[in-house]
Amino acid sequence: MEMKDNYDVVIVGAGPAGLAAGIDLAKEDVNVLILDRKQEIGCPKRCAEGLGLGWFNRLELKPKKEWAVQPIHGAALYAPNGEGVQMKRKEVMGYVLERKMFEKDMAIQAAKAGAKILLKHQVISAKREDGEVILTVEADNQTRTVRTPLVVACDGVDSLTAKMLGLNTKLDLNETDAGYQYEMTGVSGYDEHLLHLYFGTDIAPRGYVWIFPKRNGTANVGIGIGAYEEKTAKYYLDKWISEQDGLANGSIIEVNAGAIPVGGFLDKMEADNLIVAGDAGHMVDPIHGGGIGIALEGGRLAAKHALKAIKSEKYSNEDLEAYTPDWYNTRGNELKKRLKGRHLLEQLKDDDFNYLAGSITMDEALKIGNGALTKKDKLLLLSKKLVTRPGLVKIFMKYMKDDSGMPKK
Amino acid sequence: MAAKNNFEKCLYCGGCVGVCPVQAITLKDTRLIIDPKKCINCGACVSICPVGANKVEK
Repeated sequence: MEMKDNYDVVIVGAGPAGLAAGIDLAKEDVNVLILDRKQEIGCPKRCAEGLGLGWFNRLELKPKKEWAVQPIHGAALYAPNGEGVQMKRKEVMGYVLERKMFEKDMAIQAAKAGAKILLKHQVISAKREDGEVILTVEADNQTRTVRTPLVVACDGVDSLTAKMLGLNTKLDLNETDAGYQYEMTGVSGYDEHLLHLYFGTDIAPRGYVWIFPKRNGTANVGIGIGAYEEKTAKYYLDKWISEQDGLANGSIIEVNAGAIPVGGFLDKMEADNLIVAGDAGHMVDPIHGGGIGIALEGGRLAAKHALKAIKSEKYSNEDLEAYTPDWYNTRGNELKKRLKGRHLLEQLKDDDFNYLAGSITMDEALKIGNGALTKKDKLLLLSKKLVTRPGLVKIFMKYMKDDSGMPKK
Repeated sequence: MAAKNNFEKCLYCGGCVGVCPVQAITLKDTRLIIDPKKCINCGACVSICPVGANKVEK
């Protein structure tokens, strides 16, 4: 159980990013230590647990029954007036996970490959000395130090490790959402094969309410709202649930909360002896707030750059700084585009949503959102839909300008 | 003056730790600690809290 005095790399945080990095590095015979301040891997979740099929394919991840608990075939979006647009396919489009099982499975893989994992071990200080980092770790009322030439900080939204080593990872309140969720059972009234998203300023200002189904009659029912809202996320979710016949009498079997970094992307994710990944590096989709797949990908990319540093025994900022552009080329630039999409959605008023729900199909909405259409096709489609709504045309035109890289007004 | 955390409401999600501009907050497993010497009473931890567990003194 004991922590050794030296490791090739210390990963702080045993979530998806940290464990993904740990697995890849341990498989390369790197001497890896993974620390987590919590008492249980995967708990408490700060997450709605959805993971799209695209991520399974990109990451060559095979869904296992023990953690891919609910196959999902599409999504339904609801406007404030209750009108919905729905996209449902025959084939499976993703899964809702049981994250505590998913992450434990990853932890087992990491340990099998040779990584050392220690829980209830909290990093309380980090400083550089002679080209290495000395981490002070608190556990069981004792303080011990561990030396490593490289720290991979995957310690989530509450990351302090990177800050201790001089990299500013502070979340901007304007680009952070407050999340709150119940895992409920004994609930009904929704299609269990779809993700359900509910929009409206009275329902969830600058955000949405979601139902992510998990097995029979059980679901994650949650909300994300802008951090600056006067009332709490809990207030809005409780109010909404009390108005839903199929949910109001359900039982709550888990209460979850968390901040969601929805777009304050870091310009720099490395420093001397340090790489950041996952929520700690704000690796989250700015539109839907999901981050499992992105964190897994980020963790693997961090491992790739860590391995290069370890092999060459060079750990300075200059040796590591290919990581940030690599991340932006892999995923970051796409996320930045999606941030513009979110800023567009934030300008829509309730009756705009109502109008769009009545006039646009889900496939069309997805095509506009995910960049499948050329700019000209987007304009054609939108002009047909929005011809009677001058306010909307203005907003979309501004978005199209932003999208083409033209300066904002 | 410093922010105060109500541990009966707090779900120790760590959101406030991330938005604190002066790193006055640490989360130790299930315990949130606000350092009154560092806290500047700005209210960022109050804004982000999903359950209203943090308060600033006026």
